[in-house]
Amino acid sequence: MATQQEMIDSLIEQPGLFQRLGLTDWLWAGLILAATAFVFVQYGQVMDAYEIGILAMTAPGLVALGWFWKSFQPYALTVAVFSLFSAWLYSGSYANAESVFGLKFLLSSQSAIMWMSALFVMATVAYFGGLLANSDFTQKTATAITWAALIMGFTGLMVRWYESYLIDPEFGHIPVSNLYEVFILFCLMTGLLYLYYEQQYKNRSLGGFVLLVISAAVGFLLWYSFERNAAKILPLVPALKSYWMKIHVPANFVGYGAFALASMVSVAYLLRANGEKNNPQGFAATRLPPLEMLDDITYKAIALGFAFFTVATILGAMWAAEAWGGYWSWDPKETWALIVWLNYAAWLHLRLSKGWRGVPMAWWAIIGLFVTVFAFLGVNMFLSGLHSYGEL
Amino acid sequence: MRNTPTASTRLINFLGSMNLAISLLVVLAIASIIGTILKQNQPYTDYQIKFGPFWFDLFKSMGLYDVYAAAWFLAILVVLVISIATCVGRNTPGILRELRHFRENVQEKSLRAMKHQLSLSSPMDNTAAQAMTQRILHAQGFKTRQKVADDHVVIAGMKGRANHWGYWLTHLGMIVILFGGGILDNSSLAIRIGEWQGTLKPETRNLPAADVPAISQLPPDNATYRGSVDIPEGNHANIIFLPVRDGYLVQHLPFDVEVKDFRVEHYSTGMPKSFESDLVIHDKALPKPLEATISVNHPLVYNGVAIYQANFGDGGSKINLRLHPFNSQFAVQDVEGNIFRDYKLSSSTQNYTLELKDFRLFNINDMEEPDGKVKKRNIGPSITFKLRDATGQAMEYQNYMNPVNIKGQNYLISGVRSSPADPFRYLHIPVDTKGGTGRFMRFLSDLQNTELVKKSALETTRTSMQQAQMQNADVENQVIESMVHLTSIFATKGSDGIMQEITTRFPEDKREAASEAFMKVLNASMRAVYQETLKQEGVTGEPNEADWMFFDDSLLAIDKISSYGSPWLIQMTSFKQIEASGLQITRSPGKSVVYLGSIMLAIGVFLLFYVSHRRIWVWIKPAGDKQSEIVLAGSSNRNQPEFELYFKHLQDTFTQTIGREVTHGNATGND
Ligand code: HEM
Repeated sequence: MATQQEMIDSLIEQPGLFQRLGLTDWLWAGLILAATAFVFVQYGQVMDAYEIGILAMTAPGLVALGWFWKSFQPYALTVAVFSLFSAWLYSGSYANAESVFGLKFLLSSQSAIMWMSALFVMATVAYFGGLLANSDFTQKTATAITWAALIMGFTGLMVRWYESYLIDPEFGHIPVSNLYEVFILFCLMTGLLYLYYEQQYKNRSLGGFVLLVISAAVGFLLWYSFERNAAKILPLVPALKSYWMKIHVPANFVGYGAFALASMVSVAYLLRANGEKNNPQGFAATRLPPLEMLDDITYKAIALGFAFFTVATILGAMWAAEAWGGYWSWDPKETWALIVWLNYAAWLHLRLSKGWRGVPMAWWAIIGLFVTVFAFLGVNMFLSGLHSYGEL
Repeated sequence: MRNTPTASTRLINFLGSMNLAISLLVVLAIASIIGTILKQNQPYTDYQIKFGPFWFDLFKSMGLYDVYAAAWFLAILVVLVISIATCVGRNTPGILRELRHFRENVQEKSLRAMKHQLSLSSPMDNTAAQAMTQRILHAQGFKTRQKVADDHVVIAGMKGRANHWGYWLTHLGMIVILFGGGILDNSSLAIRIGEWQGTLKPETRNLPAADVPAISQLPPDNATYRGSVDIPEGNHANIIFLPVRDGYLVQHLPFDVEVKDFRVEHYSTGMPKSFESDLVIHDKALPKPLEATISVNHPLVYNGVAIYQANFGDGGSKINLRLHPFNSQFAVQDVEGNIFRDYKLSSSTQNYTLELKDFRLFNINDMEEPDGKVKKRNIGPSITFKLRDATGQAMEYQNYMNPVNIKGQNYLISGVRSSPADPFRYLHIPVDTKGGTGRFMRFLSDLQNTELVKKSALETTRTSMQQAQMQNADVENQVIESMVHLTSIFATKGSDGIMQEITTRFPEDKREAASEAFMKVLNASMRAVYQETLKQEGVTGEPNEADWMFFDDSLLAIDKISSYGSPWLIQMTSFKQIEASGLQITRSPGKSVVYLGSIMLAIGVFLLFYVSHRRIWVWIKPAGDKQSEIVLAGSSNRNQPEFELYFKHLQDTFTQTIGREVTHGNATGND
């Protein structure tokens, strides 16, 4: 009877958050806190109150992210190890980038980003190959390659951050300050979001679609760094020297990444819907995930993107209030952020309150990507304004 | 029961309708696009040139040059606010009901009709089953209500009510933001009203602030404004300029701002690192003046007025200029002046106005290094000025103070253009070994000196004829004459002059040969004159390679002088920089309101997406022999797929703790 009672108790009682965590989760938290403490002790004197505040918020944020999404733990640790190894290889001299083998071919920021680029393209091919050949193994390989690309990309950004201080301590800044850097960020955010959903839905068949957008971004990145020498690390213009940048830009790119993901999932939706209608036994109707799942992922991604984009736009307004003397100036970049936001607000209203689903909403999500891309690339190319950095 | 709706209900239904909301969001997005495609608030003449008179007027009447302050744009926002308010008003009673009511009066039939439901038969008696249900639901975080009826008990639970708070926060947040930004901080609205009432009129002329008429001025107690002013170092100001369409208004400040010092710091690359101003606020209310340093991203807020470092410019630097006339008959002049002032000059033939426009201490330009690589290099101070002739025509010049090294040679560089829309065309004056324009000017003046040209022409002709063993006075004279003639043409009109000479004197088929011959003669003559110039300078012996390079560069420069448009080479000899700090000064009492609304919006959005309002009902009925019959049902207003999983989990918990599932066939059809 006692055992019966115990079984019932264990079924009913919801384990609290802390009971659900395993040993690795606690190790993870300990490691993050230790790293934060180390950074604080080492650099606390040169950080201002806001930077200390951001550091203090980053630690619980990372702990929570790792607890929420377990795969983030090994990922972040690998990036940390690679980045520290790279810093060790540099041993304080930027010139080592050209002479030390491990840096020149692997872990200098530019090499790491080249690796990221190559791996993303490979993963795209592997995902599509796996989908076409219906090969589970190939698709698993594609996932592994994507992880590798994300590791190299994030390492590249971290190392770039370190390099900016190596070149000249005055140049040092977080690498989210120009078009080149945020394109890398875009690839990383989109990739991470994709892998999260891939795990959640236990379905790898969307990889090729999402990675297609990433590969396009990689193509731009390569053109931009070879043709325009955009990879060069330059110091910040005065307007960008603000702690707001550190949170405004990453928040924005969670939004952009999620919107991009939603649009590519919608492409798959259209293919499947068309397949079901015209060729129910065909490839699209049988191999792609069911429509409800695609619809659900699209909604989730747009909701996530919208929430982060809302926060990012508010942060941007607060920054503008400090840098330009007004929280809203109808500057083209600002205005386009509003347009993107209004567009998805309309989409969400239609879906949630009017219950619209299906092909029209998928098309709208795809058009949303074009609006989004214009906001973060087109504005810099075609319209001038206060956001004049990162020009093409 | 249904009444035909009255007109006002229909209006409210329309205003609060989802269709209107979505249309408004889309219309607002499209309207916003217009303002980004057409560059806003440019000088009206620019639009006139771009669109022509018809479209210019049409666009102007539509307010397209200042879309975001246009009446129709404000109208969209107003309708949006009304729509959101109506929507919130209409939905609120329903939401309150949702929040309050646990719906414990639910019928068994409706539970069985729900998408998520399960029938159980339990070996527990009624009380035990109730207790267990309560335990499970509370452990899951549900608040519950229990209704005991004659033959059954209903336990109704719900959680995630914050989702509805999300709806309020999001939509009220929008209204709060639009109120703060669109009403409290809308300076253009107040100006618009002033213009309608005829108490305000933006000034379009370029006047000193003191001369601006009263109708274009705003008092210091104006509730909201955003404008800018440039204050030279050491000066102070108590006004700012508010841009209004193609004009401006003068806004008086409640205090006086002094700029004690302005600094630009640079990185090692020469790029600016920071702009800073040391300010002093003079206000009668202060016991002593308030001192503060502001920089980009670090404004000063004083009494609700925020002062930002926006940009910087020249504050009227002192400049010394030396005017080298290109015509040797006139003397060198020196001019002393300040940036932003005009000076009268007279040359041989004309009167000019020299308008000093700008001084820059640093010019970071892309320069080609001797190794062919392009690098950013600071090429030192420059001055920008206009030279306006008596007819009012002006050419704009940008002259660099220091010689610039280009591919190993040093030049004084002067850019010229006739319209701001054109790129500068550059004149490169070679610099002599002493670093000055001495040799170039002397050479130019020698070329214009007919006596000297004749003398040196005579010498070279003689020597060359002797070498060729020719003796012919006629030929000799002819050659000398054409040498003198062509040299004088080139020295005043450049190669265009020579070309003209050829076209007027020769038929088409002879021109090429003539031009070749002319060039030979001209070149010989100028080389001779150049050697003479060198002799005057004290250079003995044959000119070396560098000297000949200088000669070539000089000819290139002289060739361009005729189209240079200025009778002088104007060289900056010294300066005393006075910088002006560009301040943006704003008063925005709505800012904290907007921030409040933003926080509401942000929290609201997360609540809407990540909290869902879930309801669970458990219907329990005694079923003989101390057993129970149970119906479990649930619903959620969000994230159906997730709720489906959740409900499955709940089902498992119930079947394993309370009873076993009854398949549909066995279910008692008890109503
Ligand atoms: C700029 C204006 C607006 C913004 C940014 C906005 C934003 C949002 C967001 C983010 C949602 C969440 C979507 C959801 O989960 O249901 C939502 C829901 C909703 N909005 Fe709006 N909205 C705006 C204007 C309006 C207007 C004008 C109306 C009224 C006609 C309206 C009516 C609703 C309704 C009825 C819901 C569903 C609430 C629920 O299901 O609990 N919204 N809005």
